[in-house]
Amino acid sequence: MSRLEEQIWHLLEHINDPEIPVLSIVDLGIIRSVTILEVKNELQNQVLINYTPTYSACPAVDLINSEIKATLNAAGFTNIHLEQTLFPAWTTDWMSESGKEKLIQYGIAAPIGKSCDNNSIEALKVECPQCGSDKTNMISAFSSTACKALYKCSSCLEPFDYFKCH
Amino acid sequence: MTTKQIKNPLINFLLQLGDNALIMGHRNSEWCGHGPVLEQDIALTNIALDQIGQARNFYQYAATLISESSGEKLTEDSLAYLRDSWDFKNCLLTELPNGHWGQTILKQFFVSTYQYYLYQELEINSDLKLAGIASKSLKEINYHVRWSSEWVLRLGDGTSESKQKMLAALETLWPYINEWTIFTDYEIEILGNKHQSIKEKWEEKIHAVLNEAGLIIPSGAYAQRGGKQGNHTEHLGYILAEMQFLQRAYPNSEW
Repeated sequence: MSRLEEQIWHLLEHINDPEIPVLSIVDLGIIRSVTILEVKNELQNQVLINYTPTYSACPAVDLINSEIKATLNAAGFTNIHLEQTLFPAWTTDWMSESGKEKLIQYGIAAPIGKSCDNNSIEALKVECPQCGSDKTNMISAFSSTACKALYKCSSCLEPFDYFKCH
Repeated sequence: MTTKQIKNPLINFLLQLGDNALIMGHRNSEWCGHGPVLEQDIALTNIALDQIGQARNFYQYAATLISESSGEKLTEDSLAYLRDSWDFKNCLLTELPNGHWGQTILKQFFVSTYQYYLYQELEINSDLKLAGIASKSLKEINYHVRWSSEWVLRLGDGTSESKQKMLAALETLWPYINEWTIFTDYEIEILGNKHQSIKEKWEEKIHAVLNEAGLIIPSGAYAQRGGKQGNHTEHLGYILAEMQFLQRAYPNSEW
């Protein structure tokens, strides 16, 4: 990886998901590649960023796009191209381990098991991110955003969100 | 604009996938703020959001293909907002009025389970863009199937009132089931001989869940059809009138 590419990855690590502001877009695993087409004057280099959106209807996609552009612009890169790749589709399996840790710290239970594995959805034991108890029940498979389910902990009686496997 | 003259099977198939998702999403969004309890209101509006997102993906891909071949500059918005009812290829079931909560759930169950088996085939299609959209959608539909099946069981196998209402809903919706598996040429072109197994798996699943819910399947085999060919019920006109009014009255206006 070139020095410039490293610099851009570093900048991207500081752009957070607007709906879960503790996760960066790099933690989420949506950035597929960063490519730089170099020209003589470094600041006119073309920066090509390829990403895969998380959910079909994620309302954050447009905001993330404009934040990528704004952040890179502020760092002096002006020639930025964003490209979407839909195949293979994004999955929670691509979320980084440090991302999952940050989710739990933030109070959201992290996705468990492999995506779309019906057996793991059936036998799901979700630990309460507040008290760590595994005596929890799902209240609704759909919650405050498309990516989460609503749970309740029977030990500390607090409700919490679970980031669903996708 | 119109898309009626398009012959390309992939574009027609994408339009149909997008139209089914958009009209279902639009109907479900009518429940926003009206669900029986907060959690289920949120569930149904989440499903509506997923469907509209899926429609966007299919329309974006279709718009790119149409623009490439015709030179006409189209976007997802032109396909959603500027076509008339004869251009829409959604199955008639999707455009029917919601009715009560149980009827909405039953309709969602039929559509989600159909999409579940259809997208499993599309996920392995040689067109990687179509495969990508299908595989993304499938992860979401997995949850729609679970949610709607659970509710069909709960209401069918619930109180005598909920059972009566589900039986009446089944009578109303049943004539609109066959249309899904009367395949058009463009569907067969994309699906190959897989369409037969989609039909079998779907029917098996429907029968299994309805049986478990104690709901008797109506005997009539009469099929309401025509949606895939652009011949719709009067309901679609009202949906489009509401959905398209703004773009038609104020062309190119943006949110």
